[in-house]
Amino acid sequence: MTPRALSPRSPLSVLVLLPVLLALLVLVMMVAVGIGAVNVPLGDIWHIVLAHLGGGSYAGDPVQDQIVWNFRIPRVVLAALAGGGLAVAGVVLQAVVANPLADPYVLGVSSGASLGAVLVMTLTTGALGGLGVSSAAFAGAVAAVALVFLLGQRGGRLAPTRLVLSGVAIGYLFLAATSYLQLRATPNELRSVMFWMLGSVAGAQWGQLPLVSGAVLGTTVVLALYGRQLNALLAGDESATALGVEVHRLRAALLVLSSLLTGTIIAVAGGIGFVGLMIPHLVRLAVGADHRRLLPLAAVTGAIYLVVVDLLSRTLDRPNELPLGILTALFGAPFFLWLLRRNKSLDSV
Amino acid sequence: MRLSVDQLDITLDRRPILRDVCLEVGPGEIVGLVGPNGSGKSTLLRAVYRSLRPEGGAVRVDGDDIWTIPARAAARRTAAVLQDVGHATGLCVREIVALGRTPHHGLLGRDGPEDHEAVDRALDECGARPLADRDFASLSGGERQRVLLARALAQRPHLLVLDELTNHLDIRARFELLFLIRAIGTTTLAVLHDLDLAVRLCDHLVVLQQGAVVAAGPVLDVLTPAVLRDVFGVAASADRHADGVVRIVYAADPLALQLVERAAAG
Repeated sequence: MTPRALSPRSPLSVLVLLPVLLALLVLVMMVAVGIGAVNVPLGDIWHIVLAHLGGGSYAGDPVQDQIVWNFRIPRVVLAALAGGGLAVAGVVLQAVVANPLADPYVLGVSSGASLGAVLVMTLTTGALGGLGVSSAAFAGAVAAVALVFLLGQRGGRLAPTRLVLSGVAIGYLFLAATSYLQLRATPNELRSVMFWMLGSVAGAQWGQLPLVSGAVLGTTVVLALYGRQLNALLAGDESATALGVEVHRLRAALLVLSSLLTGTIIAVAGGIGFVGLMIPHLVRLAVGADHRRLLPLAAVTGAIYLVVVDLLSRTLDRPNELPLGILTALFGAPFFLWLLRRNKSLDSV
Repeated sequence: MRLSVDQLDITLDRRPILRDVCLEVGPGEIVGLVGPNGSGKSTLLRAVYRSLRPEGGAVRVDGDDIWTIPARAAARRTAAVLQDVGHATGLCVREIVALGRTPHHGLLGRDGPEDHEAVDRALDECGARPLADRDFASLSGGERQRVLLARALAQRPHLLVLDELTNHLDIRARFELLFLIRAIGTTTLAVLHDLDLAVRLCDHLVVLQQGAVVAAGPVLDVLTPAVLRDVFGVAASADRHADGVVRIVYAADPLALQLVERAAAG
């Protein structure tokens, strides 16, 4: 093999890196399922999973079975899906709005979802339960993004700068309403609101997983098909047009897809920050900006990162749980800054 | 291999930008589009690379109206090097050049030997092979333009559209690009600010003023002292010198004539 073929930026690298990262993801997920208030050995986890997949029941300790199958596995799977999905949405948005500061929430998804969730949490007395918060968050996210699209377009065209600024403005507007509701909330309500806004997968249930995994895996595959077009967008709108890309149609389609993806994740896991901003940059610095490599590798890296962060969130401060958003930023930010400092190509632009 | 722009009318924000513009670029010809700032040069180029749909008239490449064929098909015929630099951080030179293969693939298309060959050939033609693994952001201005030209050539276009390819480059880099385009030999329509380069590069010139063609034809027929005075506002003349090269010679005070005219008018 030539040195080029071995470099992480060669087209072959995805064929090597992707299986390695996928194996690492499976390993990390198994470890995360095993560790907690009760530690379960890997061998037992394996038997429990096989027993349930085989349609039978686990012959061993029923408490272990309950913990692993009903709580930890859905939780770890949801963490992986949320991390992967947010990383993919971040990659796409950074390319589509041509802004390195973009994250999945830049178009107001999180502020809309927060308002929806907080409305349900504070105005009804918990009667609607977990599903109510999810639906309200999703509805809020869709409403906010629809409003941003409406204000960010002119003559049917979505101009990146107007779109981002509309997103920021709508974000502040919704935040004002959310803050007002928070001020009126009881301390208990306030705590759950805070927790929700910082994100958590503690409430994961098997019932949520088909919809979420469908949304995450489906949109990731579709978005990955647009890798070449996303690359062309990096050349600028006019140059991409001259490369045969129908820029305005592509931008609208990608924004709708990535917003639905983000809305689905935020509805079940709250506003997990930083993953969708940091993981795309991290993977881009490592393997370059070719989206055909970047998208799959960012998806798996995001999944690994959030599984690890979730594991830490429930083990660092036992028996308390920390919200994911605190830890994603706490661990991610210093590492991210270190990477930025040592990347020379960022100096010239 | 032929571009025909036929009675083109373009309006932007209800302001007419181009009126009844006609021009032809024949096979292998290099035609320069010149004119003062705001005369509509870049708008005309946008119509040619299918970014602006005209209100009236048609742009035909190889006989087909470009709006009657899909965007990708149009981009397999026409390639452009434009002034927008995008934000191509994290792409190396080879990846930038490979963007030229975009119109040759649908969503499921994968890179094949044909793509690698087109990219390699384009890199070689533009002398950019030694830069192939460099980060685009680390290149000098002249190197960047050569790489963007290679990207356009990787499209294997019938027509090359260039917008101010030599802007902001030092004089050596300008001449290098000029000779490169002549050597490539693809049918070319180039917007040029620099008249000295335009007369060296082009077979024909088309002069735009306030959205209309005011002169078109072989370089010496077009750049008469009258056109240089009335359109460009300078006292100068273009002549073929003893070495066969057309050069523009400017008067001792190229603006004097304008001052005289203004005094007469005012």
